[in-house]
Amino acid sequence: MSVLGPGWTALFYLAAAVCFILALKGLSSPRTARRGNAIGATGALVAVLTVFLSAKLENIPLIIAAVAVGSAVAVPVARRVQMTQMPQLVALFNGVGGGAAALVAVLELGHSDDPWVRLAVTFTMLVGAVSFAGSAVTVGKLQELISTRPLLFPGMPVLMGAVVVGAVAAGGLVVATGSVGWALALLVLGLVAGLLLVLPVGGADVPIVISLLNAFTGLAVAASGIVLGNVLLLVAGTLVGASGTILTKVMAAAMGRGVTGIMFGAFRGGSTAGSTVQSDRPVRSSSPEDVAVQLGYAQRVVIVPGYGLAVAQGQHTIAELATALAARGVEVVFAIHPVAGRMPGHMNVLLAEANVPYEALKELEEANPEFPNTDVALIVGANDVVNPAAKSTPGAPIYGMPILEVAQAGQVVFLKRSMRPGFAGIENELLFDPKTTLLFGDAKDSLTRVLGAVKAL
Amino acid sequence: MMDPITLLTVVVLAVFVGFEVVSKVTSKLHTPLMSGANAIHGIILVGAIIVAGQASDPWLLTVALIAVVLATVNLVGGFVVTDRMLEMFGSRKTNRPRAGAGKDGT
Repeated sequence: MSVLGPGWTALFYLAAAVCFILALKGLSSPRTARRGNAIGATGALVAVLTVFLSAKLENIPLIIAAVAVGSAVAVPVARRVQMTQMPQLVALFNGVGGGAAALVAVLELGHSDDPWVRLAVTFTMLVGAVSFAGSAVTVGKLQELISTRPLLFPGMPVLMGAVVVGAVAAGGLVVATGSVGWALALLVLGLVAGLLLVLPVGGADVPIVISLLNAFTGLAVAASGIVLGNVLLLVAGTLVGASGTILTKVMAAAMGRGVTGIMFGAFRGGSTAGSTVQSDRPVRSSSPEDVAVQLGYAQRVVIVPGYGLAVAQGQHTIAELATALAARGVEVVFAIHPVAGRMPGHMNVLLAEANVPYEALKELEEANPEFPNTDVALIVGANDVVNPAAKSTPGAPIYGMPILEVAQAGQVVFLKRSMRPGFAGIENELLFDPKTTLLFGDAKDSLTRVLGAVKAL
Repeated sequence: MMDPITLLTVVVLAVFVGFEVVSKVTSKLHTPLMSGANAIHGIILVGAIIVAGQASDPWLLTVALIAVVLATVNLVGGFVVTDRMLEMFGSRKTNRPRAGAGKDGT
């Protein structure tokens, strides 16, 4: 249908672009975040209706059916996914977006002889394919379908170099000839480049990579805007590319890492220093009753929740434990590391779900100065974020990451599943410290038993 | 093809806006912001619809429809999952009776 003339079309696209800017602005503040997201969704709806009403389209029933299929797949998954698995889902959505951009670019190749447009096609295909394959690897790492440790093989940098040279050559041929065959070769090279780029990244850095690939997809969408002559795609893609780049830098800074160190650190060696073997050095293990006594007669307890708490779905139990301790007059706060869980801010989402009051959540900078006045630091399913190796062992994969300095507390209690090293794959010296005790078991089980024992005190 | 100078102007302004709007975000909101930005690039759906609407060959149409499905998953799923995250941030003030058992009939 061509109900809307070019003027109206441009105005509606402008309105959608403004909605996207307001959405990003709103998402930057806790008060306006939800409204911001709703404004973004409205903008997307306006844009999709506009394209149906303005462009000359064939196959409309099939397109609507495809949109319906996509929605029918996405909505139930997005509504029902466990909050612990949400990072994977975001990575997955990002990957399919990159894949869609690459496909759109391939299909547009035959429609233009302009070398600049072909250059934009080349860029979109390559970056979209990198984003698709890279996101697939991050999903695999987060689901632990593939090893979370940096994966390297001999000759990998050479192979990566060859792929980059091949991609540039194939891209040049696509620009020069517009050949679909070379375009498909470019897509394959892009997919391989995506795999090679993300496989060497260590598990703890995966969230940063998701953010980076998110910015990549934004850039691919922006380039597809040039391909299709569509200003909205250009603006929206550029917005995401720019804000995603900043967000990646900010997130990396919160972990004390540089983006290049994350992407290429493994190539330089040293970052694979982690061990996967469990240590058989002696540790002091404890019982739920002992832990209950330690907590129940303390004046101040700081709880450090980590990913193990989230996978065990223990966030409600820990909220109950905090309430029970507070009822005994114990001061309880939660110290939230910026990357607790699997993504920055992930743990805040999980504890908010369990109705832990906002005031009880302390960020790293607030929490650290108070550990010396803390009787017990209770670490539930966290490891890397309290590992002193981040300060003491140059060359450790997490070296330089700010940590919660729980070692300064009077006593340290770990609730852990096993002695297995954390996501970063390195051992934690603090586990062997004389003031540390460990309670082994699933985080939720252990918490339930400690909660029962606290109530019985 | 649009005028290259106009394109450049649009891109440069959009880059600055993109930098500016997210420069002061608290680490608590990094995940929802990433997810929201992720949903926005799902607008590639508009591009996928255009190419599907112009495809004449059945093979090209098939590829284009796959692109439409993928882009819809990105766009719709992205906004829904972001809303779910943010719902949890807001929940403690309003104290809603329903928690999880939602309007989607589950």
